[in-house]
Amino acid sequence: MKLIILNDYDQASEWAAKYIRNKILQFSPGPNKYFTLGLPTGSTPLGCYKKLIEYYKNGDLSFQYVKTFNMDEYVGLPRDHPESYHSFMWNNFFKHIDIKAENTHILDGNAADLQAECDSFEKKITAAGGIQLFVGGIGPDGHIAFNEPGSSLVSRTRVKTLAKDTIMANARFFDGDLSKVPTMALTVGVGTVMDAKEVMILITGAHKAFALYKAIEEGVNHMWTVSAFQQHPQTIFVCDEDATLELRVKTVKYFKGMMHVHNKLVESPPSEPKKN
Amino acid sequence: MPSNKSVSDAPITQFINCRILRDNELQREDLWVREGRILDPEKLFFDEQGYADKRVDCGGSIIAPGFIDVQINGGYGIDFSQASEDVSDGVSFVAKKILEHGVTSFCPTLVTSPPEVYHKVLPQVKVHDGGPHGAGVLGFHLEGPFISAEKKGAHPEKYLRTFKSGGLEHLMEVYGSLDDVAIVTLAPELPGSQSVVRELSQRGITVSLGEHRVLLLVSESVSVQPGRFHALSNPSVSAVVQFHHRDPGIVGLLTSDRIPAGRAVYYGMIADGIHTNPAALRIAHRAHPSGLVLVTDAITAMGLPPGRHTLGQQVIEIQGLHAYVAGTKTLSGSIATMDMCVRHFKQASGCSVQEALEAASLHPAQLLGISPKKGKLDYGSDADLVLLDEGLNVKATYISGEEVWRKGQ
Repeated sequence: MKLIILNDYDQASEWAAKYIRNKILQFSPGPNKYFTLGLPTGSTPLGCYKKLIEYYKNGDLSFQYVKTFNMDEYVGLPRDHPESYHSFMWNNFFKHIDIKAENTHILDGNAADLQAECDSFEKKITAAGGIQLFVGGIGPDGHIAFNEPGSSLVSRTRVKTLAKDTIMANARFFDGDLSKVPTMALTVGVGTVMDAKEVMILITGAHKAFALYKAIEEGVNHMWTVSAFQQHPQTIFVCDEDATLELRVKTVKYFKGMMHVHNKLVESPPSEPKKN
Repeated sequence: MPSNKSVSDAPITQFINCRILRDNELQREDLWVREGRILDPEKLFFDEQGYADKRVDCGGSIIAPGFIDVQINGGYGIDFSQASEDVSDGVSFVAKKILEHGVTSFCPTLVTSPPEVYHKVLPQVKVHDGGPHGAGVLGFHLEGPFISAEKKGAHPEKYLRTFKSGGLEHLMEVYGSLDDVAIVTLAPELPGSQSVVRELSQRGITVSLGEHRVLLLVSESVSVQPGRFHALSNPSVSAVVQFHHRDPGIVGLLTSDRIPAGRAVYYGMIADGIHTNPAALRIAHRAHPSGLVLVTDAITAMGLPPGRHTLGQQVIEIQGLHAYVAGTKTLSGSIATMDMCVRHFKQASGCSVQEALEAASLHPAQLLGISPKKGKLDYGSDADLVLLDEGLNVKATYISGEEVWRKGQ
């Protein structure tokens, strides 16, 4: 893995956004060659989305030939509810950029047949040629998407019941009222994310530090599902100082020592004369 | 290729680079319009996979719901209370002109007149939508003749009336028809008024309490009658505000605790800087900000250039924002335009931009019971818009999503 440690949340968000930008630009997407991106929701990626929007507004990045697949969505929450992941993606990302609606994919938590919806989502990913870069976060309980502790590490997109930790963590979005938080969600599986060509996990804040420790310094364990990515050939963890608080000093020093190499990945692309 | 056409084929316009008045605040959001109404872009995106056909760059302007003037007696030489053959033309002429002031809907107002005038004028104008031809007519505002002699102001005393027995029938005799009437101003202290108020409210007509120097109790009991909203019309409040600690009068009504839940009290104010003392504006605004409705109460001379004009039986002299009876210092009425009133109200009361704009759009719409169709920029609201600069000067006016006036054209 690559462990990228930045000073604070803003720097981590910017690094991640630049990385995504460069990946898309290097890929040179076109009408017959879409870049497929897996996307998360939550407070962690907000800064990254803001930066990506900035790059679009500056004319440095276009999402015209980008297809997106979100990780998850609540079950039973109306699509236009302000806390649905559809609303999140629209307000925090889609409405600010030039992505076409038909190129975005978010699981439908109100589908008549939930498992069929999940199967169909897997097929759409396959039809799009697989995911080039899957961006995700980590829960305080070490979960990726809604793959709660105990989820199979080879799971696919399916319906999951949310763990107590997750419901409590999400209550802040529902006026602190635990009873208002949905109890089930549709989520991509650990296996689904493992199929991506590259995986980038964003982890910021001291409250995520223990989960990061479990994910990268302990073994692969279905109780901390992010640990599965120890077995992925191209994983990159982007975090801030606070998220490293539970790691060994040796680990942190090793990866910080490599920043000058890793920073090459986020250098501004050589500017080309703008095409007409 | 705006959408997968699952809902509609109609073209979609997206206003960008603007600040819109929504949920009582100015939000940095784009405004989407289709088929004359405000569109929900999130639904468009997810349900229809649609996007805009046309983008309008607003250059940082503020977009507010179009202004609604519920008390305007005429303008540009036209007097709505004149019993002429071409009332409709006169109303249309003014309707077109007031687009320049950001007004997209209005209530042509008739002052106290003899029955012949009502019988002649009322049938000539129907409620109708606005468009490139002019602002929409929401219905007449009949100010009088059932108002009290004590507070007649500029209304000719000889035409004032009281309710004879059989209140509403008498009213119908005088007016002839109530089909296209939106507001009736009457004096609640007149005997027989209570049943009239009830009947008018049942017909969906907003009842406005005319000037009265009556004790709080009587005016309150009228305002809590079954009926939608009740407005206080105070064309000459500068002469009238009498706030005595034992008889608070109209001012007391603004903060009454006897208004039942679900009802509201609204009050009209002319914020032209002349007819209402700035202190009175501030007090009223602070006492009951959500009930303040800006009205122009404009007279025939509004919109005319400075100098002398003969209007009907009167000669008026216009100097700046003042219209005097020629040769005197007696004010003959208000000639401020709605956008001037909005600017002046903001400056005199120290209120926010949002509050000033709502006083000219949201509140009149709520008063008439036509919100959120009008007076708001909610999804589904009519796309009657006014684009303003920082100083609240009108840059362009839209009705049903179509540009009907632009500055400089």
